[in-house]
Amino acid sequence: MNVLVYIENITGKFKKSTYEVVSYAAAIAKQTGGTLTAVSIGNVEANTLAEIGKYGASKILNVQQDSLSSFVNQAYASIISQAAKSVDATVVVLSNTFTGKGLAPRVAVKLAAGYVDGALELPTIAGNSFSVKRGAFSGKAFANVNLNSTIKVITLSPNAYQINDLGTTATIEDFNPSTGAHDFQTMVKEIIRASDKISLPDAELVVSGGRGLKGPENWGMIEELASLLGAATGCSKPVSDSGWRPHEEHVGQTGIAVAPNLYIAIGISGAIQHLAGVSSSKVIVVINKDPEAPFFKVADYGIVGDAFEVVPQLIEAVKVLKAQA
Amino acid sequence: MKILVCISNVPDTTTKITFNSNNTEFNTSGVQFILNPYDELALSKAIELTEGGNGSVTVVNVGLADTEPTIRKALAIGADDAIRVNAAPANAYFVAQQIAKIAKDGQYELILTGRESIDYNGAQTGAMIAEIMDMPSISIIKKLTIDANTATVEREIEGGKEVITVDFPFLASVTEGVAEPKIPNMRGIMSARTKPLQVVEAIAVDTLSSISSFDLPAARSTVKLISTNESAKLIEALHSEAKVI
Repeated sequence: MNVLVYIENITGKFKKSTYEVVSYAAAIAKQTGGTLTAVSIGNVEANTLAEIGKYGASKILNVQQDSLSSFVNQAYASIISQAAKSVDATVVVLSNTFTGKGLAPRVAVKLAAGYVDGALELPTIAGNSFSVKRGAFSGKAFANVNLNSTIKVITLSPNAYQINDLGTTATIEDFNPSTGAHDFQTMVKEIIRASDKISLPDAELVVSGGRGLKGPENWGMIEELASLLGAATGCSKPVSDSGWRPHEEHVGQTGIAVAPNLYIAIGISGAIQHLAGVSSSKVIVVINKDPEAPFFKVADYGIVGDAFEVVPQLIEAVKVLKAQA
Repeated sequence: MKILVCISNVPDTTTKITFNSNNTEFNTSGVQFILNPYDELALSKAIELTEGGNGSVTVVNVGLADTEPTIRKALAIGADDAIRVNAAPANAYFVAQQIAKIAKDGQYELILTGRESIDYNGAQTGAMIAEIMDMPSISIIKKLTIDANTATVEREIEGGKEVITVDFPFLASVTEGVAEPKIPNMRGIMSARTKPLQVVEAIAVDTLSSISSFDLPAARSTVKLISTNESAKLIEALHSEAKVI
């Protein structure tokens, strides 16, 4: 099966999730004996584009127009589906980022394709059956989804697939899709970045705080620990509901679902809704003064103790570790 | 303004998830169903935008008769009327086709959905409806303001946000921050019983995807406890044993 992967850039740069999705798409192409083509939209420099070749794309279709330098959902969806048709792709893969979530459903409709979002593993292909595993019930379960259509669209969860440098190279071709005024009904006026912060949804490490921290004024130590570890900061629902922290830090069933290598929960008891949002974490650490806190039941490491005593010790220990490195 | 809000009937957030028939069916026995929390935000925003007689809010749900308590809840919160498409929601594409049909017939200026349902979490239906209707869509917005004929929305992106302007009609899926959830008052609850709820039959749609089975997460190994005065050992274990830092 020929595979097309959309390589999402943010202001001309690729993020880790883009390399992950290329590696994933390359594995599907290999699995099915097809070739992998990547499509890039926006202003990405040639040497940055060429990097994508290392991960198994044999060709990169480059769409570079000023009108496409920032995200336009309808136009991008149209271009990706035109690219899919031009290379006879039967599998189209995108990252399950905020942008991917907006794009992929439109691409799927355009291609009359079945769509699985948030894939966690490579598809299981046997004869005509094509099945993909994804999360369901907000992290409380997994669903195996069969795609019955000729063309299949998949978005890959961040942190779900290992980046593989294959040492291959790709040719870069200009691709000229047809778009009309109709495709440009939204316009990005401004991009506001929290530049000093690590983004939570695709973070590898997360330090999260709950009501046990007693008030927003005590978040300094959470932020210090997170910054020393290179981690994103998160929080429980009561914390964001009380306005101690912004909504975009709310981890859980009705907030952000995360899948980091390490999730450190400090002063969070572990309500079922919060646990749902962290169940895909590889290692969970819980620090809580209540030994009966339900969070300990799903933790790999735990400290039963007061956050105000424990966290400063952890900060010192990380400093020592970093000094040794 | 005429607004359509798409609502989903989902298991309460505290539900313990189990499956029947060899893990092929969600076990709904004893499960309390609620209005999807993100859809509740979409509805709250729609009511806010039409306050003071400035338009109307219609809610639409694709579901069998057992979703009517959830639809009545939406009417109690403040929707003016409701439409139920009488079919089990087979998958997001099926639901999107049903709602697109309703939306075309109703000529709405704005369609709002929650960012995702908390059962299947697809975040698919909204953008699919917009694509079927050939209108703009913005997924996962946390702010929406309207000034004359232009709407300005803030969309979440990794590590920041985008401010976007868009012309009507359009569709947006919403997340926390877009509105404060509205709680039904007694008058709302009383009037919800008599507000119009129209039931329509579903149109036929190809089954592009289907769930073959479910799995539950593997149990985690027992927690390794470290004593408070040896907290530094945790960092050591994360570094040399778990190898995550």
